[in-house]
Amino acid sequence: MNSYPKSLPTAYFLSDPPVQWEIPEKENTRGIPCYADLIKAGFPSPAADYREEILDFNAYLVQNPASTFTVRVEGDSMIDEGIRSGDLLIVDRSIPPGDGMVIVAILYGEFTVKKLVRKGGRLWLYPGNPAFDPVRIELEMEFQVWGVVSHVIHRFLAGRSALS
Amino acid sequence: MTALVDCNSFYASCERVFRPDLKDRPVVVLSNNDGCIVAMSREAKELNLPRGAPLFKVQKLLDQAGAVVFSSNYTLYGDLSRRIMEILESFTPHLEVYSIDEAFLELRGSLEELEDQACTIRDRVFSWVGIPVSVGIGETKTLAKIASHRAKKNAGNICIPTPSQWPDILKETDVKEIWGIGRQYGQKLHSKEIHTAADLILQEDSWVKKNMTLVGLKTLWELRGKPSFTLEETPPPKQGIMSSRSFSFPVTEMEDIMEAGADYASRAAEKLRAQNSACRVIHCSVMTNPFRESDRQYARGMTEQLSFPLSYTPSIVSVVHRQLEKLYRPGFRYKKIAVFLSEIEPAREGQLDLFYKKDSRNDAVMEAVDRINNRYGRHSLHCMPLRPGSRWQMKRERLSPLYTTSWKDLPVVRCGAPLLKQRGPG
Repeated sequence: MNSYPKSLPTAYFLSDPPVQWEIPEKENTRGIPCYADLIKAGFPSPAADYREEILDFNAYLVQNPASTFTVRVEGDSMIDEGIRSGDLLIVDRSIPPGDGMVIVAILYGEFTVKKLVRKGGRLWLYPGNPAFDPVRIELEMEFQVWGVVSHVIHRFLAGRSALS
Repeated sequence: MTALVDCNSFYASCERVFRPDLKDRPVVVLSNNDGCIVAMSREAKELNLPRGAPLFKVQKLLDQAGAVVFSSNYTLYGDLSRRIMEILESFTPHLEVYSIDEAFLELRGSLEELEDQACTIRDRVFSWVGIPVSVGIGETKTLAKIASHRAKKNAGNICIPTPSQWPDILKETDVKEIWGIGRQYGQKLHSKEIHTAADLILQEDSWVKKNMTLVGLKTLWELRGKPSFTLEETPPPKQGIMSSRSFSFPVTEMEDIMEAGADYASRAAEKLRAQNSACRVIHCSVMTNPFRESDRQYARGMTEQLSFPLSYTPSIVSVVHRQLEKLYRPGFRYKKIAVFLSEIEPAREGQLDLFYKKDSRNDAVMEAVDRINNRYGRHSLHCMPLRPGSRWQMKRERLSPLYTTSWKDLPVVRCGAPLLKQRGPG
């Protein structure tokens, strides 16, 4: 029987070289239409010809729909990075994690959000709040990168959305 | 070459994507109404539970092993499956989605290139979606199935046998494990001293055709490496649509029966419209629980031939209600009702019957209803009032959150325990 040296990876481990994957081209059809042509003031609108143009927030936030997930934040260890309790994070699992990126990691079986920092030949998880200490990644730790955070969605108007 | 990409313990793996704490724990998933075990993680399989065991019979064993039990969360499994199929589509335009967790792909290249592609598929699906998959590659779909079966037992979960390896593999493959043969035929073949795939390919075509029908003959050719089952890239419309479920409690009231009937009929009609069809026959049945021997038993069905094809939910629901009114007898404890639509044909426009003038507004209404239910969840709009918590509704006590499809169910990542100075530098 064929046996393959490349064993099943458990996501990205520390020693893994960064991988660049091509992202499948995908049309995104949903979006917010610009209702420019609805303004009827007695003469034909010059904007009518541009009706097809749409500002698509999905396309802006999601480069790769197959690998993109949304999670909600609880806690304040990342406030200096602009991530506050209750915010939504867009996590793209197809982006290879790199130095300085904000990641969702699994640490001892739990999800956590931290900044991945390479310093002095070691990997660190840095919080964005001086009240918390950085964590140095040791080989024997149960650590794994779950995905790279690409955007944070923060709501200013409390109680204005059905999303909470 | 044909590749079969098959997710490992798919339902259990889906439950783990957002529960990293379950990494090495046994995970089992239950059937509708939390009755029996339908899926197990590798750790759970190692407990040697009987296949399809009812939960109450194995509960103690599961508790002892620290197993985690889930109701089936088809919304979650469906979403993750859709993502996986989307990734697979980027490898080839020739893809057949065979089931929620399996797909056939047409791949090209040398053995080495195929191996590369298989590794990329496996790694990409795991990294992007978090689901482990096995890849088996062979000359035909049947051989790819056999290869994928073996891939599950390899460390790398990939199996691409070379031509010189196939004879040994066929010798080790029980006829019962061959795709499309199954247990019953397998037993028959065993009694004729045909035990393995290698035994089977030695048989005469005429003998196989006579004893195993044309499908058996095609399977034989496929085992010999001649492609005989083509990729069904778009599956043919279903010829019968069934919507049925067992109640989690014995149901006695007519009101409950009617409510369940309306719901199953709506669901079946929705499937009908999703494949652009209409049906000419509606079959409805009710039954009590034959395993409760102390209960009085009753089971009856009814078939109605329609004079014109239907796909409009209110019409189908009223036919089903008319049938259930006749089928229902008070004083029984009902276990199950079923709605089955058949004689399915493509939905046509225009006048269908001399005495029936189709109201085109019905199509528009149904299109709107389907769109709303797709977007805001089933039961946003339905054809009969559903009382909250009525007794026929599905029991799903251990349902995991709809992590990927519902705003209120999004996974939560905790941002540090407050002021916990831990594992700091120096």
